[in-house]
Amino acid sequence: MSNALLKVKNLHARADGKDILKGLDIEVQPGEVHAIMGPNGSGKSTFGNVIAGRESFEVTEGQIEYLGKDLLELSTEERACEGIFLAFQYPVEIPGVNNTYFLKTALNSIRRYRGEPELDSMEFLKLVKRKLSVLHLKDDLLKRAVNEGFSGGEKKRNEIFQMAVLEPKLAILDETDSGLDIDSLKAVADGVNRLRSEDRAIVVVTHYQRLLEYIVPDRVHVLADGKIVRSGGKELALQLEEQGYGWVQSA
Amino acid sequence: MSTTDAEVRKLVGRTYEHGFVSDIESDVAPPGLNEDVIAFISAKKNEPSWLLEMRLEAYRHWLTMPQPDWAKLDIAPIDFQAISYYSSPKSQKDRPKSLDEVDPKLLETYEKLGIPLHERAALAGVAVDMVFDSVSVGTTFREELKKAGVIFCSFSEAVAEYPDLVRQYMCSVVPKGDNFFAALNTAVFSDGSFVLIPKGVRCPMELSTYFRINEANTGQFERTLIVAEEGSHVSYLEGCTAPMRDENQLHAAVVELVALEKAQIKYSTVQNWYPGDENGQGGIYNFVTKRGDCRGDDSKISWTQVETGSAITWKYPSCVLRGDRSSGEFYSVALTHNYQQADTGTKMIHLGKDTKSNIVSKGISAGRGQNSYRGLVKVGRDAENARNFAQCDSLLIGPDCGAHTFPYIESKNPTARIEHEATTSKIGEDQLFYCQQRGIGEEDAVSMIVDGFCRDVFRELPMEFAVEAKKLLEVSLEGAVG
Ligand SMILES: Nc1ncnc2c1ncn2[C@@H]1O[C@H](COP(=O)(O)OP(=O)(O)O)[C@@H](O)[C@H]1O
Ligand SMILES: [Mg+2]
Repeated sequence: MSNALLKVKNLHARADGKDILKGLDIEVQPGEVHAIMGPNGSGKSTFGNVIAGRESFEVTEGQIEYLGKDLLELSTEERACEGIFLAFQYPVEIPGVNNTYFLKTALNSIRRYRGEPELDSMEFLKLVKRKLSVLHLKDDLLKRAVNEGFSGGEKKRNEIFQMAVLEPKLAILDETDSGLDIDSLKAVADGVNRLRSEDRAIVVVTHYQRLLEYIVPDRVHVLADGKIVRSGGKELALQLEEQGYGWVQSA
Repeated sequence: MSTTDAEVRKLVGRTYEHGFVSDIESDVAPPGLNEDVIAFISAKKNEPSWLLEMRLEAYRHWLTMPQPDWAKLDIAPIDFQAISYYSSPKSQKDRPKSLDEVDPKLLETYEKLGIPLHERAALAGVAVDMVFDSVSVGTTFREELKKAGVIFCSFSEAVAEYPDLVRQYMCSVVPKGDNFFAALNTAVFSDGSFVLIPKGVRCPMELSTYFRINEANTGQFERTLIVAEEGSHVSYLEGCTAPMRDENQLHAAVVELVALEKAQIKYSTVQNWYPGDENGQGGIYNFVTKRGDCRGDDSKISWTQVETGSAITWKYPSCVLRGDRSSGEFYSVALTHNYQQADTGTKMIHLGKDTKSNIVSKGISAGRGQNSYRGLVKVGRDAENARNFAQCDSLLIGPDCGAHTFPYIESKNPTARIEHEATTSKIGEDQLFYCQQRGIGEEDAVSMIVDGFCRDVFRELPMEFAVEAKKLLEVSLEGAVG
């Protein structure tokens, strides 16, 4: 028995009749930050979706163990309640649904699952205000509808804000850095770094190594055509930047 | 009683061999509709002769009219001769004695809707002593209204006490032969509400039929008349979220609103009649004619409706914008689930200059529900600078339901500006996944998304209605997904 937080073995997954993940292995220990890099279309988002339990992706082979449990047995919301959080590459808009209300419903739903008392509006507001100030976000975020009319950068920061409130055990950030200017990038990285802790793991999915200057990973993996083709320390990211993905794929 | 009988005979213009008039003591009219029955109803209610005349004229007109079939509704034939058109309000002894005698399913729904215990009994029609809150609150309210000079009473009471007012305004907005169901209502209407807000008065509270629930059995042919005199304001709430017990399948109500100069009427409805079961068995047919007349300059009428009940809804609350600078609004949420059908929308008739109208319609279809928006915007020759904006959005839940939009525009004035926007969306897999990924269960996610979809309408509702409406949608959508 390992005490890995997440242990993925020989994962195969498909969507719409197309094989996307083709034998992916990864193991993440509590407290670690991993980076998954890889060219467009290599299966990075699919990996996040499969871990989160999106039904349109079918797991055809392999195992996923999370906190010693068989993750594939759990529904999407059970996984969320067990502490899995996915920061979406393209967060969806939910018109008319207030951001605060959405997040309060989510948090209380998770607390209920865990047998913890639900927070009332006052307690919740106190909590989100604290998180907002830590992340240097403006109050008006609370009044707006979930992602409705948000700019790309605002959506990404809203994801990090939600993550900060929900305090997951395993967070997967899917290209949270793309489309951000340098200040937003630093703000996002700062938010992520504040969440780093001994019992929490973060998987940063990114296309560029730029983010990794601010969120320094313990491990870097290269995903190509549905498989991890290379793993290493943080220096692997730099090497990739200099030599491109072609180098790994042919290696 | 005998004078009434004589009057009736004279008016109907024929002698009675075995008519109902001799049965005037009876509590129920036998099934069937003819002039005798109408005379019987009128006599039962001690009505003045002009009103009987009006009923009979409406009836004779009705006989010449075919039942409309233009709506996108699949309606089983209605046997109008099988309906009993009069029954006295149920006496206490015929009612359930306690909640134990009430259908547990109904009580379960009350529970889900969060209806306070002491109100559940009244709503379920249990014979209760009038000691609970809503009645005593009602009495206090009535006194306050009296002080302000507001008249708020049952239609029958108004006929007895303010016959001139009723005569002046009744059928002045919806003519007696206006349409098949309105004509039928005019011929046989049972009871309803009458409101008059005197000149310059701001009604000190929201008027709610809820406070009259246990006082009168308004029945299936309800009639409402609201008159707002010059510069007055009123907000009227009709219905409540609790599903009401009713054995009558056909409901054909008429609501008339009159707004004089600078007057404002806000009319909000929550309709939750029995929708039938999951297989489309049973349920109320709801054929309503609602129309407001912005008779005076600078007047305003606003309709807000949340329609979740009934097997069939046929309803087009409309505004006739007669006064210059008058404005009309229509905010609607209509939800159909299982085999429910709704054909609903509005008519905005611009006649005065610089008139404005605004339409926001949100249709939600789930199960095999069918939901149509039907809206007419009409601009008369002299209606300079008329403005209309319509936003019609449809939300589909599941693959077997349908949404349809039928906007009609008729403009006779080139200065009119009419804008229509329509969208249809499905509750997206991506939206559901997003919510579920955050730990929110599927049903909660759906009701949250639906609630957001309806926000522009809900915020037009009076506060306590808005909270109830949201709950109501949740309960109505149970089992819509998964
Ligand atoms: N729902 C889907 N149905 C069919 N093909 C998909 C679906 N999602 C992703 N794919 C395909 O799978 C491959 C990997 O996609 P994705 O995981 O989004 O890659 P990445 O995030 O690394 O860019 C791409 O070729 C993409 O077109
Ligand atoms: Mg991607």
